[in-house]
Amino acid sequence: MSHEKIETNAGLLAFFVILVISIGGLVEIVPLFFMKETTEPVKDLKPYTALQLEGRDVYIREGCYTCHSQMIRPFRAETERYGHYSVAGEFVYDHPFQWGSKRTGPDLARVGGRYSDDWHRVHLINPRDVVPESNMPGFPWLEENKIDPSMTPKKIRAMKLLGVPYTQKEIDEAGDAVKGKTEMDALIAYLQVLGTSIKTRR
Amino acid sequence: MSSFWSNYIIILTVLNIVGCLWLIKWASKKRKGEASEGEVTGHVWDGNLEELNNPMPRWWLWLFYITIIFSAFYLWLYPGLGNVEGAFKWTQVGQYEDEVAQADKQYGPLFAKYAATPITELAKDKKAKAIGQRLFLTYCSTCHGSDAKGAPGFPNLADKDWLYGGSPESIKESILNGRSGVMPAMGAALGGDKGIDEVVSYVQSLSGRKTDAAETKAGKAKFEMMCAACHQKSGEGNTTLGAANLTDTIWLYGGSAGAIKKVITEGRNGQMPAHKNFLGEDKSHLLAAYVYSLSQ
Repeated sequence: MSHEKIETNAGLLAFFVILVISIGGLVEIVPLFFMKETTEPVKDLKPYTALQLEGRDVYIREGCYTCHSQMIRPFRAETERYGHYSVAGEFVYDHPFQWGSKRTGPDLARVGGRYSDDWHRVHLINPRDVVPESNMPGFPWLEENKIDPSMTPKKIRAMKLLGVPYTQKEIDEAGDAVKGKTEMDALIAYLQVLGTSIKTRR
Repeated sequence: MSSFWSNYIIILTVLNIVGCLWLIKWASKKRKGEASEGEVTGHVWDGNLEELNNPMPRWWLWLFYITIIFSAFYLWLYPGLGNVEGAFKWTQVGQYEDEVAQADKQYGPLFAKYAATPITELAKDKKAKAIGQRLFLTYCSTCHGSDAKGAPGFPNLADKDWLYGGSPESIKESILNGRSGVMPAMGAALGGDKGIDEVVSYVQSLSGRKTDAAETKAGKAKFEMMCAACHQKSGEGNTTLGAANLTDTIWLYGGSAGAIKKVITEGRNGQMPAHKNFLGEDKSHLLAAYVYSLSQ
């Protein structure tokens, strides 16, 4: 075979290109689908409740992930500030995970329980009320928007389809669980559970 | 990782590296009928653009070989081939633990020394206070402010007014185990709007403000019946429960009639999260000393 044969035959060229670029993925990604460390949840990890799942959707909709990561790296400087470094088993129920890639604000992987619900409420409405130097935008409309309870069971069913172990009972009760709740309630419920499956500091 | 996936990674990785070597050899092999080096290959574009059969630039070729040699060394020293540990026995967690162990060795004795010193003494120690302030700015300022003067709903720690007492022990207890303040919603129990307004007037009168005399009097009776259990008959509060002192001019949630009415109607659930697991004894001790020093 010569260059000419490959370079003048688009199909053959495409085949070899795909072969070459797939090697990295085959070596680095594919084994992760089959490893216990990455596919099994850490002890104490629970699927998001209906309200928390709605909160996660608010988190995604408002683009929180563009400024906040959810990934504590194994460096002392990070674990001193945020707590135990993140492990893969904490994210097996996240579809999609919210690791993010940039920290304009602090990491939120273990923000659960760090602040009171009241603090989150005040802070989300206007961050400068509690942190004068903050450049985070306010999200006052979350306090007014109500969660649509008709969507919640569908969302949970979709999560179940992706492998999150929800029971039929949880799907049936999901609508009632979020009825009358605001997006603020949902987002706070979500934030307060982040990273709480690992309690040790390091 | 199971040995299957380990072998899978080893085989693919090694094949890939060998494949790179083979590719460069294969591509630079002299072929039948090929123009010799430096000659025109016979390909012509746009009438007069000709292709010369020049060898690949030497620097480029060497870089290619160097990356192959680099990969061999890398895979020998670091874990890259499945379960093979690599000569350095490096792991990400191992590196992290070394970093922590080194820090513990460096700072451990310092923290241990401070942990054994009473808070009242630490509060006079300049260096301890400087460390305490750093810790405060990292872990506490988000709610209590970088000057420790708080915000509406988040107590000022720099004054002498304390919900749970300002002794070194109670401050440390607040940091370690958190606090959960419960002000129940009293709207219904006070008989709706009118009853609440009366109590609001009485509460405002406690800190010396001018209020309607009749309303205040009615409010006093209600206060003594419904509120005195926690806030005491005098309205001075109770630090064991975290019930606020209502006779001073310090208001956590605001001292206007509207703000007081809101607290009485809806109640409040002030939460100070526990920091024992997160910060540990030693840091909490230093933090308590810093906070204690602020009101001395």
